[in-house]
Amino acid sequence: MDILRSVRDRLRPGKGTVISLPYLWLLVFFFVPFLIVLKISFAEQELAIPPFTRLLQYDSDMGMLNISLNLSNYLFIFTDELYLDTYLSSLQVALFTTLMCLLIGYPIAYAIARANPAARNVLLMLVMLPFWTSFLLRVYAWMGLLQPTGIINNLLMSLGLISEPLMLFHNQFSLYLVMVYAYLPFMILPLYAHLVKMDVTLLEAANDLGARPLKAFWTITLPLSKNGIIAGSMMVFIPAVGEFVIPELVGGPNVLMIGKVLWNEFFDNNNWPMASAVATIMVVMLIVPIALFHRYETRQLEGENV
Amino acid sequence: MLDAVAERKTAAGAPVEETPYLQISGIVKKFGDNFAVDHVDLAIRKNEIFALLGSSGCGKSTLLRMLAGMERPTAGKVILDGQDITGLAPYDRPINMMFQSYALFPHMTVEQNIAFGLKQDRLLKKAIVERVLEMLDLVQLRKFATRKPYQLSGGQQQRVALARSLAKRPKLLLLDEPLGALDKKLRQQTQLELVNMLETVGVTCMMVTHDQEEAMTMASRIGIMSEGQLLQVGTPTEIYDYPNCRFTAEFIGETNLFAGQVVVDEPHYVEIESAELGERIHVDHGITGPKGMQVWASIRPEDVRLDRLEFTPAPNAARGVIEDIAYLGSYSIYHVRLPSGKIVKSVVPSSRWYEAGEEAPTWGESVNLRWRSDLPVVLTM
Repeated sequence: MDILRSVRDRLRPGKGTVISLPYLWLLVFFFVPFLIVLKISFAEQELAIPPFTRLLQYDSDMGMLNISLNLSNYLFIFTDELYLDTYLSSLQVALFTTLMCLLIGYPIAYAIARANPAARNVLLMLVMLPFWTSFLLRVYAWMGLLQPTGIINNLLMSLGLISEPLMLFHNQFSLYLVMVYAYLPFMILPLYAHLVKMDVTLLEAANDLGARPLKAFWTITLPLSKNGIIAGSMMVFIPAVGEFVIPELVGGPNVLMIGKVLWNEFFDNNNWPMASAVATIMVVMLIVPIALFHRYETRQLEGENV
Repeated sequence: MLDAVAERKTAAGAPVEETPYLQISGIVKKFGDNFAVDHVDLAIRKNEIFALLGSSGCGKSTLLRMLAGMERPTAGKVILDGQDITGLAPYDRPINMMFQSYALFPHMTVEQNIAFGLKQDRLLKKAIVERVLEMLDLVQLRKFATRKPYQLSGGQQQRVALARSLAKRPKLLLLDEPLGALDKKLRQQTQLELVNMLETVGVTCMMVTHDQEEAMTMASRIGIMSEGQLLQVGTPTEIYDYPNCRFTAEFIGETNLFAGQVVVDEPHYVEIESAELGERIHVDHGITGPKGMQVWASIRPEDVRLDRLEFTPAPNAARGVIEDIAYLGSYSIYHVRLPSGKIVKSVVPSSRWYEAGEEAPTWGESVNLRWRSDLPVVLTM
């Protein structure tokens, strides 16, 4: 019977299409572009259109196919301290952003998950409300708030609370503030999804067995929301590493981030191969957390509540 | 002078009982304007297995949750082993609960689940390990100590839940529908196993169930609850044989209820005129109540004899037509319609007909129903 069924399932055309569709999507819109970037990263800058040398060249005189792999971009990245510092700085900013999102987002997600079902939808709506406005507009709004002549400083000055503008802009404070603001929903939503599924009687059982509420949280709620924490952290960490707009607009010139370097190489220096090499290394760096994230997601889907 | 008064009171009152281990007095829980639990008084002896029985929404679970400390009573008092625990938080009570869903911690192994409560008491590691092993042996799950709950069957999970709730040696064990999540076959087998384990440990138990069979098999005493009130408390036999109201009579087992008025009220017998039966019901014992009072006579289906002899009108007898037969193997339930339209149920052992060498009665046949006059129970509410 089982064999018959599996044969029939395999012959059914619809099933394969459904499964292959997301893979096709990834192939066309992620993997192929990545290969192109990888290819460019091994080229040399050239004054031409496109502005890089070809990887494969057919030499008709010799009747040979020349493959020129130029590793100098990578070599340069690994020897120039500026690039290394930028990578480390990007990782650091992403890590702190993730940690702060977790510390702020967890209580929010917990409160929403424990609110009564009618209030829950409203609260979730409020979390998602910022998405209704363009991301760029929201960053500009923060600029308007934080600038030395911005709304906050003007208000405080006119109230006579301060005599000189506070330095709220173009520094670490403004960078982290806007990063956390922008990425917080990506932390809250997966955390909420995990916390709302949790059986409240588990906490009652823990209390019943002598654990005070705080202890019950540490021993039951927190371990059981581990997958939510991982999912949320990855959703914040991965895009935060390559973030460009926020460090550029509110972080100021002193903030080193890989997104800015990419932009500079690509648009200011017109050095596509270098930009591609920078991007390739970033992707390779992120593959580890992405793989980790994927593993936990799969486990979660398989219903193994570990 | 005072002593003399006290003495007289004791002498006149009910027989002096030992002080109960668990004393619930005047407990009330209101949700808004509704009484979930309505002034319940209950006393439970040490090492007793007591069952609260009632349909869903009757307040039994709320009462249990108040004992566990998860709900705060609106009024009333709970005293356990001489200690007033009414205001104590769940984690400060010497009470443990086995949850209906078991509420096993999914990220912990069987061992870790059982040890959880002991760790909260900051016992020595060695003592914890010993107690966990003792509990694993009790529920015969030693082999499964390092499994996670999802790797166990329903019956095994239930035993882990039991072991976990017993590990701290609670003064009172609460069981919320202990077998509710098991399928029927497993439930019957587990009932007696569970009682044996509880008796081995020697723990005072309060269980909540909607399954009367479960309550009657497992509990030494049963309390019937309806609409937040405790209607009757007694041993399974007392409750079944002497229900004190129509709710209990119909809830525990099946019964035939005949509404009627008391027409003869003598010290040793009463007669009830029942339009539903068409005859008088003669009951062999007196009742307290005026003549003409509205009462109900309850007669269990197994007490109703069914035969096809010549019918002579008499008290406690009626003639009707068989409308339905539920054949259940060793016995059948006959549904007999009386001329008044009332359906009376009679349980007849299957052996009866072939022992008498008769054909079993069938649909549409007219039969006689009768019962002994000492069997009906007269209910006033």
